[in-house]
Amino acid sequence: MVTAEQVWNALAEIPDPEIPVISLVDLGVIRDVGVANGTVRVAFTPTFLGCPALEVMRDAMAERIRELGAEPEIEVLKDDSWSTDRITPEGREKLRVSGFAPPAPREASAPTLVQLQSNVFRCPYCGSTDTKLENIFGPTPCRSLRYCPSCRQPFEQFKTI
Amino acid sequence: MNESEARSLLEIADDELILGWRDSEWTGIAPLLEEDVAFSSIAQNEIGHARALYELVAGEQGTTADELAFDRAPEEYRCTRLVELRLLDWEKTIARHYLYEQADAARLEQLKQSDDAEIAGLAAKIDREEAYHRMHAQMWFDRLKDEPRFTAALDALRPLLDAGRDEHSPELAELWVEMTMVRRSQPAGTAW
Repeated sequence: MVTAEQVWNALAEIPDPEIPVISLVDLGVIRDVGVANGTVRVAFTPTFLGCPALEVMRDAMAERIRELGAEPEIEVLKDDSWSTDRITPEGREKLRVSGFAPPAPREASAPTLVQLQSNVFRCPYCGSTDTKLENIFGPTPCRSLRYCPSCRQPFEQFKTI
Repeated sequence: MNESEARSLLEIADDELILGWRDSEWTGIAPLLEEDVAFSSIAQNEIGHARALYELVAGEQGTTADELAFDRAPEEYRCTRLVELRLLDWEKTIARHYLYEQADAARLEQLKQSDDAEIAGLAAKIDREEAYHRMHAQMWFDRLKDEPRFTAALDALRPLLDAGRDEHSPELAELWVEMTMVRRSQPAGTAW
């Protein structure tokens, strides 16, 4: 009989398909795991609604749960309950070490262009906050592009959601 | 979800699907590399929003998101005329983007107040993503607002937002042919 803890441990080994340094548990997209009568129910929140990694994540979770000998039931929650604030402290550190600046905390109102252009975003390489917004959009919907004049390095900044 | 809520969700879904296709027409050929990236990302988000909205309506109506998105006839779509126009000049593309994001923000704000928790929750999620589209539109608006070509484009396109959702331009029918081509070429009942 599989336990919820075993499921959490198994899900913690699934890498994010786009940024494999971080796991689905680090990313905070698993909201709940319930085990009953050989069925494992996972409540899962998408990051961005148009993210093509979602299907890959869902299939990977279902596969790992079947490997544990249980029947998966993945419930996708499409409300506002995922925020970049749900990325764990370990997840944020893994991102930073890999050259992705972790997201700023979510505030009640949506972020503004003035905030994105301000100097509060820290370069993941040299730590300088004197960094510039290059593009609100980046290689995937979840990231913006910034440039650090101090170490002359472009880097990707996680958008706050 | 009542009938009028389902109808307005379908309107938004159709707007986002069609605009997503139109925005993606800049992929690879935008005047700046940054804008190539921006419009591609925006297109991806809009189509993601369309899918989530179609799924919500489909659940109520006993159909699927794909059937709602692709199996209706072009005249059955409920999108605004503004999103139908194909590959506009850059100043018109930015004018459309600005006009659309403003109108979209207003209706999302209303949906966030819905008594239906699923609708309000999805609207809140979509709005978090749209905030970045609005920022991008505002950045371009501030840059171009004194350019006569841009203000003329705003004036020309603004009436299309209120031109109703019953009549469509021939450009929507052309897009529909492209958009549904793969799906129509498969035997009925093909699993995707």
